[in-house]
Amino acid sequence: MSTTQLSALDIVLRDAEIIVSCGSGGVGKTTAAAAIAMHAAALGKRVVVVTIDPARRLADALGLADGLSNEPTRVHLDLEPNATAFGELWAMMLDPATTFDGLVRQYAETPERAERILANAFYHNIAGALSGTQEYMAAEKLYQLHSDHRFDLVVVDTPPTRNALDFLDAPATLTRFINHRLFRLLMLPARKGLKVLNVAAQPVLRTIGKVVGGDVLADAIAFFQAFEGMETGFRDRADSVSELLHSSITHYVLVASARHDTVEEARYFAARLADSKLSVTAVIVNRLQPRFGDATAEQALAAAATAETAGDHNLAGLWRNLAELRALADAEEGVIAPLIADTGNTAIHRVPLLADDVHDLGGLREIAGHLFKV
Amino acid sequence: MESVQFFGAARLVIVAGKGGVGKTTVTAVLAHAAAGAGLRVLAVELEGKPVLNDLLAQTSAEVLTITAPEALADYLDTHGLRRVSKRLATNGIIDVVATAAPGIDDIVVLGKLKQLERSDDYDLIVVDGPAAGHAITFLLAARGLLDTVRGGPIHTQAQDVLEMFQDPTRCQVLLVTLPETTPINELIETAYSVEERVGVQLGPVIVNGVDLGEPITVVDSDNNSLSANPDLLAAADYRNHRRHCQRDELKRLSTDLALAQIVLPQLAVAGLTPADISVLAKSLLQQIAQLPS
Repeated sequence: MSTTQLSALDIVLRDAEIIVSCGSGGVGKTTAAAAIAMHAAALGKRVVVVTIDPARRLADALGLADGLSNEPTRVHLDLEPNATAFGELWAMMLDPATTFDGLVRQYAETPERAERILANAFYHNIAGALSGTQEYMAAEKLYQLHSDHRFDLVVVDTPPTRNALDFLDAPATLTRFINHRLFRLLMLPARKGLKVLNVAAQPVLRTIGKVVGGDVLADAIAFFQAFEGMETGFRDRADSVSELLHSSITHYVLVASARHDTVEEARYFAARLADSKLSVTAVIVNRLQPRFGDATAEQALAAAATAETAGDHNLAGLWRNLAELRALADAEEGVIAPLIADTGNTAIHRVPLLADDVHDLGGLREIAGHLFKV
Repeated sequence: MESVQFFGAARLVIVAGKGGVGKTTVTAVLAHAAAGAGLRVLAVELEGKPVLNDLLAQTSAEVLTITAPEALADYLDTHGLRRVSKRLATNGIIDVVATAAPGIDDIVVLGKLKQLERSDDYDLIVVDGPAAGHAITFLLAARGLLDTVRGGPIHTQAQDVLEMFQDPTRCQVLLVTLPETTPINELIETAYSVEERVGVQLGPVIVNGVDLGEPITVVDSDNNSLSANPDLLAAADYRNHRRHCQRDELKRLSTDLALAQIVLPQLAVAGLTPADISVLAKSLLQQIAQLPS
């Protein structure tokens, strides 16, 4: 096959060490990531796919039925008997809290300090609920797996965020949080030897205490005291992760469906990547209505009218059906047209709406078949 | 059921479901239909790009966007803490506060909704609920905060919101889904956890984008044009199979979940316009008429 015949996704597989699948919730990001990973494994690569929240049946298919593991498990692939290459497919489901705990242990000055942080209620809120934590931990895990010599390729599914930018921004979000003025204020006691009560008497904190209550505030102060000294380690790590996300070995695959909101989200992300001098190599448009033949909706309707006049109601019904399906497909093309205009037609990979949900390796193989015309 | 009875069941209706199932569409359709029935309607957007204003431009429904920082500032203002609210808002401290007590951003939004519900300015308030997995967290915020924040205004606020949730005449949650396996599985899970963990009343389930219609007859009589046109048969088989799958999913949903179902038809359009919302609202009203009163 000559280079000119390579599709956008072929190029991604050729060049990437990391593939990030991004888009709005419900567009099939997880399925796309898994299908790409599976195809790469069939090409002989050792691939790990990190999923966030797969539908249960897909999780079962990937051997992740027991839920969060945070460690890759090998997926048993029945490779085609005539396959020439034998790669490996590994899968894991991200556990943000455990990943965060690992970072705390790594950067804490002493094991006791780490345990103090891990037991703190405010820390649990950060690890579990601070917006962006899940995205940051996905990026952190991607960084770890990329340095793991067991794998040639890391494919990561991004969390279903309100905003696709959260993933790129996540490492910076934590740094910003640490650098927050309030945070520095909360660190004061450790530096000056002040007691928690005295810190809580600071005007800003008194204000916050009024709203959230004293217990919550005390937990927060205790957390920041224990965290003292770890900021540099965390910040440096966040910078490295961010650098990797912006490097040329990381490729972004946008996933959208033929709906306005998902298309707008994909366009927004493409524009944002372009701002960071990164380009979207491939775009997957999922769940498109299939087309049957070349007749336009108008032609099909005309044929239906002719059949009706001739008294053949069944035939007329069949033509009307064709016209309706065609109208749906045309409407969808209208929705995705702006995305195609932005990214160029060659980047676009279309996947038709399949008759059934993807819930096993066979289904993933079918998707892969549409993504990579094998 | 009379439409006025349907829309009068609870003053506050939160539309919830996973991303991509069409919550915004359903919110617009409900607001459109209720406004058409003569009710004073407020449609509320919580996040994302505001679109309801355009979709409801030709109705009497009002549209309001509520964001967490604004709701917090508003809340503090009305509780004599104006100076505090300025400081919190300008410093971006809300992020830190929300981390200290997760759900605080949600509770101020819910508090605002409760205030609107109590105000008597509207007969129906339809809320385009938060996306993705956030819906449950959003609804659970009140309960969670009762444990973490044991006193003060936020605690009171959480208690008030919880009280509203547990009164089916004040608040209902409408779950939205698509007629496909995974979205329906997720809806069923959500329904159980919303009822058990939040104790809020669930209204009818709304299934969006359903391909309605009878099976297409595929009879290969002695008609030559049919065998000459395999696309016609393939298209009919495909459509029949999809419709069959959807019907099976709807049946499964009604077996697994004892809630009334409302189905909204799939429209062959690129992006919904106010006219499409009007078409869907008509379909909604017809189905309401068939519900038992």
